[in-house]
Amino acid sequence: MLRIRFLSVKCREEAVMNAIPTIRDYSLIGRDAQAAVANGLTAAEWYHTDVPRKQMKDLMKRSDGPAIRDTIIWLGCMALFAGLGIALWGNWWSVPFFLAYGVLYGSAADSRWHECGHGTAFKTRWMNDAVYQIASFMMMRNPVTWRWSHARHHTDTIIVGRDPEIAVMRPPDLLRLVLNFFGLLDAWHAVGDMLRNACGNVSAEEKTFIPKQEQHRVVRIARIWVAIYAATIALAVAMGSILPLMLIGLPRLYGAWHHVLTGLLQHGGLADNVTDHRLNSRTVYMNPVSRFIYWNMNYHVEHHMFPMVPYHALPKLHEAIKHDLPAPNPSIFHGYREMIPAFIRQLRNEDYFLKRELPPTAKPYREEFHSDAIAQAAE
Amino acid sequence: MPSLRQRNSPIGIAVQQNGRKEMSNWIEACAANDIDEEDVIRFDHDGRTFAIYRSPDDEYFATDGLCTHEHVHLADGLVMDEIIECPKHNGRFDYKTGEAKGAPVCVNLRTYPVKVEAGKVFIGIE
Repeated sequence: MLRIRFLSVKCREEAVMNAIPTIRDYSLIGRDAQAAVANGLTAAEWYHTDVPRKQMKDLMKRSDGPAIRDTIIWLGCMALFAGLGIALWGNWWSVPFFLAYGVLYGSAADSRWHECGHGTAFKTRWMNDAVYQIASFMMMRNPVTWRWSHARHHTDTIIVGRDPEIAVMRPPDLLRLVLNFFGLLDAWHAVGDMLRNACGNVSAEEKTFIPKQEQHRVVRIARIWVAIYAATIALAVAMGSILPLMLIGLPRLYGAWHHVLTGLLQHGGLADNVTDHRLNSRTVYMNPVSRFIYWNMNYHVEHHMFPMVPYHALPKLHEAIKHDLPAPNPSIFHGYREMIPAFIRQLRNEDYFLKRELPPTAKPYREEFHSDAIAQAAE
Repeated sequence: MPSLRQRNSPIGIAVQQNGRKEMSNWIEACAANDIDEEDVIRFDHDGRTFAIYRSPDDEYFATDGLCTHEHVHLADGLVMDEIIECPKHNGRFDYKTGEAKGAPVCVNLRTYPVKVEAGKVFIGIE
């Protein structure tokens, strides 16, 4: 079964009849970007579960306490593991400490970047901004560029040609996914982007989502970061040791695996070009350690539906709206067991996706937006 | 959801925050106690949408109802002191002045004069 996306009704009918898989153009300035605008998929009215205003206000309420506690644990553990790793440097006993440090650097920083980018982690603005800058540096994500790209991700979630943060494009590039467990391609591209930005070059694609008045900040931050990395490399050369790079830069590679492991589950194998987060996002129950590293982003349908709700209130939000959502995957393993076969099927048919079943208590999907062709493709 | 109202009102003089006097059409928007303290409701009138705020110190304010970043109703957002935060991308405005407080909002929000009489909130729309 094939799903033909939003080219036009006539084109879609023709394509269905001819049973030709849809080739996706993920460029932000390409064919599908124009088609998404023409078909009203951009900045669309997305489905929201009804939540009484008083309850929503309570869920949205900001607080510094949980994020201060978690940040002390996060940075405190990083300092501890780095100290032990340095003390044992040259001995195999340093390995587990660097592995733990790496996960806190190359994975926990991803969720801190995310939550603080939304401005919901802390009540106090400067605390959000400070942790956002630190986490952005660790993840090699320009804080200006990525703030705007993430805003677009929330406006046009998994809309082809519009969302700059689609982690798994179709057909899936499985080699790329595996390499990114070690940050290899992401970091390679991030370094390239940083050097390009530092040279004063903001790309045409970046300009589609970064306002003109913000673009000079992209360049300024890239130049500061280049200076920091240059100083780290110079120190490593002067010491004749990679130790400085084990603390700054390389953890983005050797500690990336957890954020990729959890991040792929957010939207992997699910629908694209829909306007209902229940169809394109996945909530997964996870162990407490992963939830700490991931800052509760395993409640991903809830986060996309109500991005104002801080990470520490997402479990409460989940309880409040789960009657209207597809059943969560009970574990990371369960999530991968459904997602990997979907990736493999998308290699043969990139229109294939997993359609999330709703419980009887849920409001049905809006079929006027999500056509029968979608249901057929989901098989 | 905040209540939606459409009411009529007499014409009068409204003084905007910049001190300019403009002829305004005072529109009855809601009862004063329709809005909780430190909260916002949506008010639609004549094809336009507004957000009406009640501050923690029990003052009333009004702005355009849609975020200047994207087409999102601010009335679904969060009021914190003098800030309204957009529910979609967390863009922040000072709802007393309309000032955009940083990315992803760059364009200020339009404000409207407000008066409260006999327990009713009126907004001045020129």
